[in-house]
Amino acid sequence: MRVAIIDYGSGNLRSATKAFERAAREAGINAEIELTDKADRVASADRIVLPGVGAYADCRRGLDAVDGMRQALSEAVEASARPFLGICVGMQLMSSRGLEKTTTQGLGWIKGDVVEMVPSDPTLKIPQIGWNTLALKKPHPLFNGIKTGEDGLHAYFVHSYHLAVENPDDLIATTAYGGAVTAFVAQGNKAGAQFHPEKSQTLGLALISNFLRWKP
Amino acid sequence: MTLKARVIPCLDVKDGRVVKGVSFVDLIDAGDPVESAKAYDAAGADELCFLDITASSDNRDTIFDVVARTADHCFMPLTVGGGVRAVADIRKLLLAGADKVSINSAAVSNPDFVAEAADKFGNQCIVVSIDSKKVSKPGEEDRWEIFTHGGRQATGIDAVTFAEKMVKLGAGELLLTSMDRDGSKSGYDIALTRTIADKVSVPVIASGGVGNLDHMVEGIRDGHATAVLAASIFHFGTHSIGEAKRYMAEHGIAMRLD
Repeated sequence: MRVAIIDYGSGNLRSATKAFERAAREAGINAEIELTDKADRVASADRIVLPGVGAYADCRRGLDAVDGMRQALSEAVEASARPFLGICVGMQLMSSRGLEKTTTQGLGWIKGDVVEMVPSDPTLKIPQIGWNTLALKKPHPLFNGIKTGEDGLHAYFVHSYHLAVENPDDLIATTAYGGAVTAFVAQGNKAGAQFHPEKSQTLGLALISNFLRWKP
Repeated sequence: MTLKARVIPCLDVKDGRVVKGVSFVDLIDAGDPVESAKAYDAAGADELCFLDITASSDNRDTIFDVVARTADHCFMPLTVGGGVRAVADIRKLLLAGADKVSINSAAVSNPDFVAEAADKFGNQCIVVSIDSKKVSKPGEEDRWEIFTHGGRQATGIDAVTFAEKMVKLGAGELLLTSMDRDGSKSGYDIALTRTIADKVSVPVIASGGVGNLDHMVEGIRDGHATAVLAASIFHFGTHSIGEAKRYMAEHGIAMRLD
């Protein structure tokens, strides 16, 4: 199995690659993790990961700037329905639109806009930086064996915006930050984490190995 | 569910080696920052901070190798600071595996660099590191000033005004060090921490002066910081990360204990 992590000039790709390698090794999964900026390598990959940090519009521009990448994603993720995981802004790009600074069209896979978080408690700081627990809204294979809830494992978040999901069916997990904040979305073969699995230690490595085994 | 307070050990790195040393675990090489990072990762640190204090420009590149080797082994958030003056420095650190970079003197000499960096990489990965000293006399209203060159040089810039300006320019987090307290083991400057934390919209990391675990509780509870940074208390084995986190949890602070 070959997993393509898309390199489009955004984010801390080294740690993502290393985390996927380690998760595969520890779970005894034979997977080649390939960091690539080549559209054809993405189109032919068995599993696809879209990381991303920074601003929504910049990331979208970066993705579009890679020759043939948008088309490769269509083929692999939409037409061939191969497992896809978006991380942080990579997850936000799955939305209809991003409203950070300016309005930007997303990939349109998960209905809803990426909007600024406005915590009900004014003493809460933006960005949300740090570790928070997750409330699972419905079971999902990527959370198999992962303890969620108040006493569950923690995920590492760094963000000021979140995806306001239109269809409740797409919302898998939330976290609390002065109100419910979208933490994980999924629809069919596509999943996305607002938090950073590659930085989330126990929870993160478990989620990544679940993704490597996932048969949507 | 609540966002948890973070405990951040900080390692001073010079020419690719840890300065001051770490004596708390059976490290194969206590001078290797990566060995220390691995130990802190295993101990449950919420984040790790490297401060590069390499003086010679010849050895500047050693930090990139340290960061890269750390990122290969540790799956915890990593902030790296020291000598960050240009967009190219930030890009290299991020590519090596840093999650956030901290900007210190360049933020004072060239504030627009903070805006440029935040535009390029997003506010969330730009930490502005503020070194300040109390300059008000006893009986006067508290006033703090920015100092550079390791606390030796006054700038005349008011610390609170500077903090607000940095946030406006795009700092996603502030690392606030009291140069009066640094190394004193007498606790954070709580008045400084709270004054700035209450004024800005972004998270504040308290730094400088930790001598015992109560100081860390005070940094969060009284200083309104969202994270506490400490060095020697952990490096010399006075307390472990786990002890610190459990102690803070026992004193009513929400902590990550998994």
